[in-house]
Amino acid sequence: MSAITAAFRDSSVIARRNLINVLRTPGALVTGIVQPVMFVLLLGFVFGGTLGGDQYRSYLIGGILAQTLTFNASFTAVYLAKDLQLGLIDRFRSLPMSRVAVILGRTSSDLSTSVLSVAVTLLCGVAIGWRITTGPVSALAALALLLLFAFAVSWIGAVIALTARSVEVAQSLGLVWLFPVTFVSGAFVSVSSLPGPLRVIAEWNPVTAVATAARDLFGNAAPAGFGAPGGWPAENALLYSVLCSVGIIAVFAPLAIAQYRRISKR
Amino acid sequence: MIRVENVSKSFGSFKALDGLTLHAGEGTVLGLLGPNGSGKTTTVKILTTLLSPDNGDARIAGHSVLTDPDLVRRNLGLSGQYAAVDEKLTAFENLHMVGRLYGMNRRTAAARANELLASFRLTDVAGKRSGTFSGGMRRRLDLAGAIVARPKVVVLDEPTTGLDPRGRLDTWDVVSSLVADGTTVLLTTQYLEEADRLADHIAVINHGRVIAEGTATELKQSAGTERIDVVMRDAADLSAAAGVLERAAGLGLRAEQDPQNLRVSIAAPEGHRLLVRVLSELDARALPVDEASLRRPTLDDVFLRLTGHAAAAAPDSGTTEVLTPEKARVPA
Repeated sequence: MSAITAAFRDSSVIARRNLINVLRTPGALVTGIVQPVMFVLLLGFVFGGTLGGDQYRSYLIGGILAQTLTFNASFTAVYLAKDLQLGLIDRFRSLPMSRVAVILGRTSSDLSTSVLSVAVTLLCGVAIGWRITTGPVSALAALALLLLFAFAVSWIGAVIALTARSVEVAQSLGLVWLFPVTFVSGAFVSVSSLPGPLRVIAEWNPVTAVATAARDLFGNAAPAGFGAPGGWPAENALLYSVLCSVGIIAVFAPLAIAQYRRISKR
Repeated sequence: MIRVENVSKSFGSFKALDGLTLHAGEGTVLGLLGPNGSGKTTTVKILTTLLSPDNGDARIAGHSVLTDPDLVRRNLGLSGQYAAVDEKLTAFENLHMVGRLYGMNRRTAAARANELLASFRLTDVAGKRSGTFSGGMRRRLDLAGAIVARPKVVVLDEPTTGLDPRGRLDTWDVVSSLVADGTTVLLTTQYLEEADRLADHIAVINHGRVIAEGTATELKQSAGTERIDVVMRDAADLSAAAGVLERAAGLGLRAEQDPQNLRVSIAAPEGHRLLVRVLSELDARALPVDEASLRRPTLDDVFLRLTGHAAAAAPDSGTTEVLTPEKARVPA
């Protein structure tokens, strides 16, 4: 069997193990479900009133999706760090299995959390008036893009776990970067409202691109008074967010695998 | 089957292994005996390709951990210090997963899992999550996981640490049956009793090197001869009893007195005969005896003498107090 088939087979065995774990520890999913609901309600009704009411709440959903999926990277960080502390990991390392499987299995199975987060966010959105105004093809494309992005950031979580090497460190490292990355973006506000340098960062922030692309694909317009997002990333939001996702995987997956090999030799 | 040649491994300035050399022939059990921090786990990690040596080489079934780690992994099963089972998975799921990761298809992995569950007496709990298992059951499941692919070599790192006596006996049975099937086993332990019971050959290590090796019998012989211990009823009789022991033993041997425990003891090359003589002599002199025993040196004696940990184990008396079998360390 070729190395690549073996890697996929072993990863699917590990992913299956992770999913069984998730199903038997449903409490672990609470954050993944509660957080998007909380943000939709908080931002939609606390800020929504001054930012454009119903129109803003509809606009907000794309942003919440991008933010929630980025935050899900912290699940990967924490669960992989937990895995690495188990005696089980020594068993895995002593097996003639693919060296990629433990991590690829983890990032793949963590997609299930992201699917759940997306579903909850959208249901919540429907409840507060969010609608798809385009067609089913566009909507499916939006979902595919969101999951690709979720898979990509999950590799960042994996690198954090492998660098941290303890659950506590992974937990804090896995969270700190998420706030600036998701808030200095067009996820919740118009990028054009941000001051100089922050605006440039936000314009090129993949989170902005994913939120914008999702809004475009779902057909959710910005509320009146929101400056139109400018620049190449905004005009090519879909292309740019796919490129970013692929780029993140291309950088962080090899990094994670190299790091895994290194710590197993220590 | 297992060859460790002059392996060194340092972590920063700490030398975990310092030119360690070990051999184990096919179908034998090599016991690696040493205190905490002596290099046992590092040895295990190098043999199982979890660590690479700074110097030297280790081979499993002829395959080098340096050049053919994947072939080493195929020929080797590991059961580490912490049972490597997924607590959320059932016993069956755990073994099935390991089988799949060895490259078995679903059916073969399932058949092998059921076979192992049966031989490790886990069939009744096959569908229960392993998190609900007792320590002994978990350890059995872990051992079963180590031999899913019928490896030629099984490495057991402190397999009974943290087990209750019942779990320990269970684990010993499993190891014995592995060896009966021709598997080569490397076993690390802090428990002399365990090495004595299971290992064909014992290597005592300390500070990352072998400081003594041989069979349990050979090692015990190196610790000296049998001793007779007599516990008197009255402290006043101690000197008289010592005189009786010395005369009976002859050869100018000196008896040692331990007033605290009312004990006199003496080296006794022909212990069992001497014991009878000593008892009838004490009886004839009306010196009441509470307890008399013949004690063969245990691996404890060897271990403590070699590693110099005796001071830590029995710091009190200046007399000859050596660990008695009752005091020998038994896993809690």
